Amino acid sequence: MWLLFALPAIAVYTAFMAFPVVNSMRLSFFSGSGYSLDNFVGFDNYVRLFADPEISSRFWCAFRNNWVFFGITMLVQNSFGLLFALILTGKPLAGKGFFRTVIFIPVTLSVLVTGYIWKLILNPQWGALNLFLAKVGLQSLALPWLGDPRTALAVVTLVSAWQWVGMPTMMFIAGLERIPEDLFESAQIDGAGVWRVFAQVKLPLLMPIVGIVTVLTFVGNFNAFDVVYAMEGANGPPSYSTDLMGTFFYRTGIAGQHPVGIPDMGLGAAVATVTFVVLFAGILLANRLTGERVAGAAGAKGRE
Amino acid sequence: MAKHGVRDRSAPLKYLVLGFWSLLVIFPLWTMVVNSFKFKNDIYLDPFGPPMRVNLEGYKTVFENSPFPRYFLNSFAVTVISLALILFLGSLAAYACVRWNSRASRWIYLFFVAGLTVPIKIGSVNLMQIMIGLGLLDKTASVVPVYVAMGLPIAVYALYEFIRGLPNELTEAALIDGTGPFRIYRSIVMPLVKPALATVAIFNLVPIWNDLWFPLIFIRKDDQRTLILGVTRLFGEYQTDWSKILAVLSLSCVPVIILYLAMAKQFIAGLTAGAVKG
Repeated sequence: MWLLFALPAIAVYTAFMAFPVVNSMRLSFFSGSGYSLDNFVGFDNYVRLFADPEISSRFWCAFRNNWVFFGITMLVQNSFGLLFALILTGKPLAGKGFFRTVIFIPVTLSVLVTGYIWKLILNPQWGALNLFLAKVGLQSLALPWLGDPRTALAVVTLVSAWQWVGMPTMMFIAGLERIPEDLFESAQIDGAGVWRVFAQVKLPLLMPIVGIVTVLTFVGNFNAFDVVYAMEGANGPPSYSTDLMGTFFYRTGIAGQHPVGIPDMGLGAAVATVTFVVLFAGILLANRLTGERVAGAAGAKGRE
Repeated sequence: MAKHGVRDRSAPLKYLVLGFWSLLVIFPLWTMVVNSFKFKNDIYLDPFGPPMRVNLEGYKTVFENSPFPRYFLNSFAVTVISLALILFLGSLAAYACVRWNSRASRWIYLFFVAGLTVPIKIGSVNLMQIMIGLGLLDKTASVVPVYVAMGLPIAVYALYEFIRGLPNELTEAALIDGTGPFRIYRSIVMPLVKPALATVAIFNLVPIWNDLWFPLIFIRKDDQRTLILGVTRLFGEYQTDWSKILAVLSLSCVPVIILYLAMAKQFIAGLTAGAVKG
């Protein structure tokens, strides 16, 4: 009887999520033409992914870029998130509600749309940023930020951080609000300054949240696709400097590589499986380090 | 710990940080909206100020002579249907998992919760094949079952916790009266879990409305596109029609911004919900 209640949900969830995820891993051992994969090839796709000079160089490039993406995000987005949270939970400040609302606005917007907006702003010829820089006499900084392989990835990462900083901010706020007031009071009576209260009282108690934020960022970053697609394109230009696991997967498994345009779905499934293994290893490591059960949080951001 | 009268000496610095960031958030959105009402030359002359002369051409072309109203309706239908199915199927399953005391129900619950950890994108290759097999490729409807599957883990997880927290007496009294379990679900459990349903709805609303990935890989046919997929065409076709490009970009995010500003608290709670519980 109860099974009947749960059955529709189980059916949809199994058919369109659980099964395809598992089956895609199985398909990484197959090859075929077009959309049907019927030829068992063992580890052939993985051998090509790691040993074929052309494919593996693209793979390692995307993999490396993704770590840079993650590193800058942790450094910029999550420290800003922590800073905002500390300010917004600290001493009374007029307009807290307003700032909270504004910081979170971009989280609700489509990554594609914000990517386009920033692409327009950053346009070297007539973009608002360079017009603004020229107006305030900083002409020398008016550069093609998205066209230079040395800056493109960092700029894309900053736009992504601009969009998502509201998530860590709100999570840190929730964490900070749960710390009992008397802990601060006793620390303050002991004469501890703002910095010591932060380092010795707040930060240690926030460690579980730091763990969750790290895992969410990690999963989100290794699934990122939209921001690069909007700002630079599916090829990760200029010269693959913004290519990530997401765009690499899209080209190999879904859209097909230029100039052929036919997807290599077996190889794509192998890329997806490798991504999954990386994510899984990362989550396990984070669990070890923070000693918290944070796995449940991962899916939340993995779909952006 | 209200310390009235004590001046916070760090306040100016705090306002500087928060004010700078607020500008950084508002400025791009402001530029987008004001420039969508300007003539092309006026954009170059004064890209940041409000429009000197209002130009509605961009909006007019979008509404009268473009596929965007169609895309908007497609997205609207996809979002509403997916959310309705997530809430209905998810609450049924959660209710069953709570009331059904057996090892099987425990496993079913864990099966759903396991889905919280796995990004569904990993299964894209096989999902493509499934859509081809079902004849859904190139149809707007193709994304619905995927969104429902992707929303069910959080729905079951959140609603399970919530329903389990309800006092048992409420349903037991009805059971003794001989009320069937579906009636109990519909007339007793559902009204009580409304707040949790709202959280689950918002949590899923934003990613579904904003999703690019699945429409991009499933749908190529023009009239089947969702709004966000439609936006990807902007730069190819209307290369120089700025008022149109900006009108479309504004239209695609202003509804969400208004909805968000009207219910900021619920949005923030909903979107961070899955994360904070951990």
